[in-house]
Formats: sequence, structure tokens, C-alpha cells
Amino acid sequence: MIVKTIKVDQLARVEGEGALKVVARDGVVQSAELSIFEPPRFFEAFLRDRMYSEAPDITARICGICPVAYQMSAIHAMENALGVVVDGPLRDLRRLLYCGEWIESHTLHVYMLHAPDFLGYAGAIEMARDHADIVRRGLDLKKAGNAIIALLGGREIHPINVRVGGFYRAPRRRELQPLAEELKRARDGALATVRWTAGFDFPDVERDYEFVALRGDGEYPLNQGRIVSSRGLDIAAAEYDEHFEESHVEHSTALHAHLKARGAYLTGPLARYALNAASLSPIAREAAREAGLGSVCANPFRSIIVRAVEVLNACDEALRIIDQYEEPDRPAVDLEPRAGVGFAATEAPRGMLYHRYQLHADGKIADARIVPPTSQNQPSIEEDLKIFATAWLDLPDDALRHRCEQTIRNHDPCISCATHFLRLDVDRGG
Amino acid sequence: MSTGADSAREGPRIIVLCIGNPQRGDDAAGRAVARALRALLVDVEIIEEEGEATRVLARLDGADAAYIVDACVSGATPGEIRRFDVSTSPLPRAAFGASTHGFGLAEALELARALGVLPSRCVVYAIEGEIFDIGASMSPAVAAAVDTVAGRLRADILGK
Repeated sequence: MIVKTIKVDQLARVEGEGALKVVARDGVVQSAELSIFEPPRFFEAFLRDRMYSEAPDITARICGICPVAYQMSAIHAMENALGVVVDGPLRDLRRLLYCGEWIESHTLHVYMLHAPDFLGYAGAIEMARDHADIVRRGLDLKKAGNAIIALLGGREIHPINVRVGGFYRAPRRRELQPLAEELKRARDGALATVRWTAGFDFPDVERDYEFVALRGDGEYPLNQGRIVSSRGLDIAAAEYDEHFEESHVEHSTALHAHLKARGAYLTGPLARYALNAASLSPIAREAAREAGLGSVCANPFRSIIVRAVEVLNACDEALRIIDQYEEPDRPAVDLEPRAGVGFAATEAPRGMLYHRYQLHADGKIADARIVPPTSQNQPSIEEDLKIFATAWLDLPDDALRHRCEQTIRNHDPCISCATHFLRLDVDRGG
Repeated sequence: MSTGADSAREGPRIIVLCIGNPQRGDDAAGRAVARALRALLVDVEIIEEEGEATRVLARLDGADAAYIVDACVSGATPGEIRRFDVSTSPLPRAAFGASTHGFGLAEALELARALGVLPSRCVVYAIEGEIFDIGASMSPAVAAAVDTVAGRLRADILGK
């Protein structure tokens, strides 16, 4: 028997660090395991006995890249527990804030982490030496996302203006106007990004994923929607625990999520696009068509194009919200603590983020559960590797290792959120 | 990409960029230096960041001189202070792998160099960390190094 192992100890260009071990026997990949070494995060435990109102600021600390996603899932779940629905301009402002995070996070991944894979560079620095103008375009685009978060969130990272029930302060209409000017330029940059990424060379592969995403009511999903899948799932966030389960695997300190009925599934840009493409803004829909995405994109390498389309959609949606914005009477609705359980799922840039909280009558948190997108995608990432890597086993070690890393980067895993720190270890024997 | 924030300012624009996560043990070192330094220096922009590379890059853009403080892990004794002049040569990347994000300070500096926006004077002070757990306090050795670094930075910037 020929045994082949490939080992990558420090996985570069993913958010966080970790390791991957791929084992092949007689030319066929037997297993692919993402290992996560850092001790599990204790945020769920930190939250117990804290007030419901503290959850947005505590959970925002889980990730420096997608703090808004954590805040949004937390506030919606708390409002669900307290029996409150926040609508009108406050709902729009939340969508606007989330657009900022999508622009920022996706642009970072597209330009700094993912594009170098397709253009043959070791990383963004090497790419910048040859393509300074393109990298500058990416940085300017990302800045527009930062500007939204700085204005609405009070600062660029770990926004402090978000609260259960609304905001501490709502912006004036005139404050949003300079943002609109920046976003118009960003929208041009986003369209150029779609065209740029569409021109990359992609491996000709497809996967038979079960896509899972929120489906908004006629809008591309961010804060709200039912949880739907490409195989017929259609449930409210409150039913999540009936249909999904998390389990420990020996090689990782992050939990792996599965659909109880069918196993691995995929959340994130490919899933959102497959289940919501019709709700993209006209300009984003046209750009997707021009890029040749079709109604479903099942090639994970092409996820970079879908991210670019989502950035374009987020710029366009942000401009629509700013244009139609009417200042709310109050920055937040009143809330009364009560005992109860609240559920919410929102769409973090990397995929669906589920929160569930149980509250005591005085508003203190009795129990918290957080399922980040990377935990949900980890089984599918491992399956991608298992399926794709067999065809690559004859490549030289460096090339094979690079392909494996690229396969992981396709899904922009945020190991910081899922727990932490990864390395890569490919065993192909011989 | 220019920030344009200080176009009216006379004389060179000097920034001190203090990097870290205040809730992850010794990773808070840079942020603690910022607080210590504010009592020692005026007329210098003291900026705190969590270390995401493109934000660091945006801060460097337009500065004439940048002094950067960050925690690092290199196997040295906790609390050890090192000074790197990165104006002309890169930061040793291995030592700055403590960032929870794959794209950190070393990458930000090299990206700035590739794009021609690295300040002509750029110095990094690194404090060797020991504990990076979530919710942990700074270790005593690192806490002791904070004031030393603030003092050295002041002397460095004032040319004394």
C-alpha cells in the first residue's frame, strides 16, 4: 500500500490559524481533517448571568472581522425572547450597518486573501508589487464598508452604538450624505471587482452541496428570513435545534454542525446566491449574469465571484437605504425584561450565524448557544478536500499543498469565530 | 488613499500606532502603551488598533513617521522589548504570528512598502508576550514592560 501524507502546519491566508491533515491510500484520499487547536471559546459561558442588554457587546468580541454579525444575531434573538419586533427606519439602519460589514469582510477576503491564489502570487504583498492599482481599488472599496460601520456603529471595529431594541443614537439624514458619495464610488469599484474576478481561471469542478441560507421576503437576506435549503428545508430560526445538531470530533476543538436528516451542508455566499439570486438588486443581478454565474454556482472556487456580486449588492442596497432613510422618532424601542427563550439567525459574510438565549424574568441570561458559520461549513470543507484532492495526488507536494489551502480559502473560514488556530498536514504516503 | 486629515498641519506628521486586543492577556500591551504615552506626549497622534492589516495600512498612509507597538511571540523571555527599524527592511514575520488573523502587522508593513505608502521613518517596538487567553490579564512581566516602552518611545520621538 502506498501511503501519502501532506502536512501544512500553518495555514496561511485564512482568518485565524489552524491545521489540515489529508491522508491518501493507494491514490485515493481516505480522510481530510481540519484540526483546530486553540481551546474552545467560552463565550457561551461568559454570557450566563449577564444582562440581556450586554449580549451584543460581549458577542461582538468573538470576531474582529464580523462583529456586526454577532451583534445582529444577538439583538434579534433577544428581541425575539422579549416579544418585540423592531421595524421601520431602525430595521433599515441595521441592514445598512450589516451592508458595511459585508463590504468590508468580503473585500478583505477577495483582494487580500483569495485573489492571489488565482493570479499566481504567494500573497497580497507580492500581488501589490505588480498590481498596485488593483490592490488600491480593493482598499478603497473596503474603506467604504469601514465608513458605514464607523458612522452607524460609533467606531470601525466592535461597534458600540448597537443595542437590543435599536441604537443608542440614530444618524441624521444629512450625516448619511457624504457616505452616499463614497458608496457610489464603491459601487463602481465593486462592479469592476466582479468583472475582474470573473476573468480568473477556475478549476472545472462542482459539488452537490445542500445549500442552507436565510430567505428574505423579496430581499437579499441579511438580518431576517426563514432558514431554507436547496433540498426543501423551510423553517423558522426557532426550529433550528430540531433540524440541526452539533457534535465534537476528535481532531478539532470546534464543534461540527450537521443537518440531522442529511449530514453536511453549506452556508455562505454560494448558498445565499443559490437560494436568493432573484432578490439581488438589478445591477448586481446583471453583473452576475455577465460573469456567467447562472442561477446556481456549485463550484466553490468561483465563490470569489459570488462574494464580489454580494459586495456590489451591498453597496447598492446601502445606497437605497440612505436614499429612502427617514429619521426615526426614537433611536430604540422600549423593552421590558421577561422570562423566555429567543432565537435568531442572520447572515454573517461567511454564512448563517445562529444564536439562542434563555432569559430569567429579571433579564439575566440563563443559557446561551451560538453556532458560527465556520462550524457549520467545516464538514463540507473536509468533504471538498476529500473529493478534490484525489485528483491532485500526482502533483508535486508544494502544488498539492497549495491546492488544499486554496480549497479551504474558498470558504473564507473564520477560525477565530469557530474557535481557533489551524495547521495543515497532508499524508499521501509513498 | 490619502487620509488628507492633516493637510493643514505644519511640520512632519508623526503617529504612534498601538496594536492589540485589550481582552486577550498580553495582547493588550500595545493598547496599554497608548494610555501611558498619552500622559507623556502631546502633538503626536496616538492611535489604537486591533491589528487588522488594511486598517493598519490606512493609518500609515500619509504619515511621515510611524512608531508602532505590538505584542509578539518569538520564544524570548516574556516582557522582553525589541526595537526594529522597518523603514528599509521587513519585520521578521515569524515573531508576529500571534495575531488571530492571517493578515497582520508584518503583512500590513510590506503591503505599505509595495504600494509606496510606508512612512520614511517607521519603527516597531515589540513586547514579548506570554498569555493570550480570552479574558486574561496582562502578565506581570509584560505590564512592567509597558512603562519602559512608553518612556523609550517618548525619547525616540523627541530625539532625546
